[in-house]
Amino acid sequence: MSDQLKLVVDRIKCDGRGLCAELLPELIRLDDWGYPIVDSGNVPKHLLPLAQRAVEDCPVLAVTLRRAEVKR
Amino acid sequence: MTRLLDAPERFGPLPQMGGGFIDAIEQSRLVGRGGAGFPVATKWRAVAKRSGGRAVVVVNGAEGEPRSQKDRLVMTWRPHLVLDGAFIAARVLHARRVILYIGERHEKARSAMLRALGERTEPEGALVTVAAAPARYVAGAESAAIHFLNDGVATPTTAPPLPFEQGVDRAPTLVQNVETLAQIGLLARLGQAPATTLVTLAGAVMRTGVLEADRGTTVADAVRGAGGPTESPRAVLVGGYFGSWVEPEVAWQLPLDHETLRRHGLGLGCGVIGLLPARACPVCETAGIMRYLAAESSAQCGPCFFGLRALADACSRISDGSSDGNDLSRLRRWVDEVPGRGACRHPDGAVLFLSSALRVFDREFANHRAHDMRRTA
Ligand SMILES: Cc1cc2nc3c(=O)[nH]c(=O)nc-3n(C[C@H](O)[C@H](O)[C@H](O)COP(=O)(O)O)c2cc1C
Ligand code: SF4
Ligand code: SF4
Repeated sequence: MSDQLKLVVDRIKCDGRGLCAELLPELIRLDDWGYPIVDSGNVPKHLLPLAQRAVEDCPVLAVTLRRAEVKR
Repeated sequence: MTRLLDAPERFGPLPQMGGGFIDAIEQSRLVGRGGAGFPVATKWRAVAKRSGGRAVVVVNGAEGEPRSQKDRLVMTWRPHLVLDGAFIAARVLHARRVILYIGERHEKARSAMLRALGERTEPEGALVTVAAAPARYVAGAESAAIHFLNDGVATPTTAPPLPFEQGVDRAPTLVQNVETLAQIGLLARLGQAPATTLVTLAGAVMRTGVLEADRGTTVADAVRGAGGPTESPRAVLVGGYFGSWVEPEVAWQLPLDHETLRRHGLGLGCGVIGLLPARACPVCETAGIMRYLAAESSAQCGPCFFGLRALADACSRISDGSSDGNDLSRLRRWVDEVPGRGACRHPDGAVLFLSSALRVFDREFANHRAHDMRRTA
């Protein structure tokens, strides 16, 4: 377990309106079809408030913040 | 040592099995044969821990990979071994249901499994139901199987929850490939798994079809076992449509086991070994497979639906000579951007395949001229 928070996009929910990338260009860019590319997903502390806004403002609630964990 | 396809068709009643059997699986180091090569013991433990008598066992006989035949062969020729594995799983994991999820087009396999089921007397027989997996590539993915069994829709779903957390009937669920279960069956019967792997030889070999490979068997041995190549191949597809093209000189020496291949950055996937004949066009062949994989996307995730379509279109333009000259550089960028961005591993598999084509057929992609030999297979 760590305290590191990770930005995760639900790929089925996301319909590529790109709001998240506008809010958080430091972490999210869009591909040629308008869908977000989240490179590592790790959110540095100073970007947490914006990341939280991305979570709240995504029109389809596809963005979540998760504690980084080891895969099973 | 007994091999899967040489084993007696039917043994006596199943031995009693407890939780200790998972240790035996662990010692055998058995990995899944449905494509991902995941350690079986790890999965069983995860389900066992949460079961509380509610677990569900899904026997995955969807076999959606077009060139693969080995799952059908196991179900058709050794259905009792598959049932052995399924019943043992049910016993060890205290399952409440066992579901045979068999490809709707695999009629022979289904009737063999049903006949075998009718011959069984163990109480686990009463837990079994049968479902027909839709004939789509992604219907065999574990979350798609679960989705289908719960809601009648065979499309993948977002994880979490993972199957062992919440699967069929929202209960902890084990999804296991039929060959894997047959291996488990032999392990329980004989105290040792046979250490063999079923592969399907396809393309330019004398006898296409399934072969049981002992540990240490190389691609060259397997091809020899299939009567040799029909002509000198341009490349070998290792692992099917989610696998990689490999130069023949490299491929011949590769052993057919998941662990070693992984160390080479490759995978055995579902076990398809395909030889591309030298007279076939690698670009057109690759474009055809990419079109197929794009069309098999369940169209739920943008990067997969639009991404694979774009990749397939670019390949097709290079193949039919209508490219503006920038498609190759687009492809090279997209193969970095698309993977890891779908709810299931469909785009990852397709991109792995395409990346290997861009590497191995580098020259052909750069110098492709349109020609009439669209498809050769
Ligand atoms: C797109 C896709 C298609 C798949 N199709 C199959 C299939 O047809 N049969 C199968 O056994 N596994 C298939 N799998 C793998 C399953 O998700 C799962 O890993 C497997 O059934 C688990 O069994 P195993 O551990 O015994 O291999 C597929 C996976 C993906 C991503
Ligand atoms: S804001 Fe939501 S829907 Fe829009 S691109 Fe980002 S994740 Fe997708
Ligand atoms: S990644 Fe592709 S195949 Fe998998 S669920 Fe998403 S759209 Fe469907």
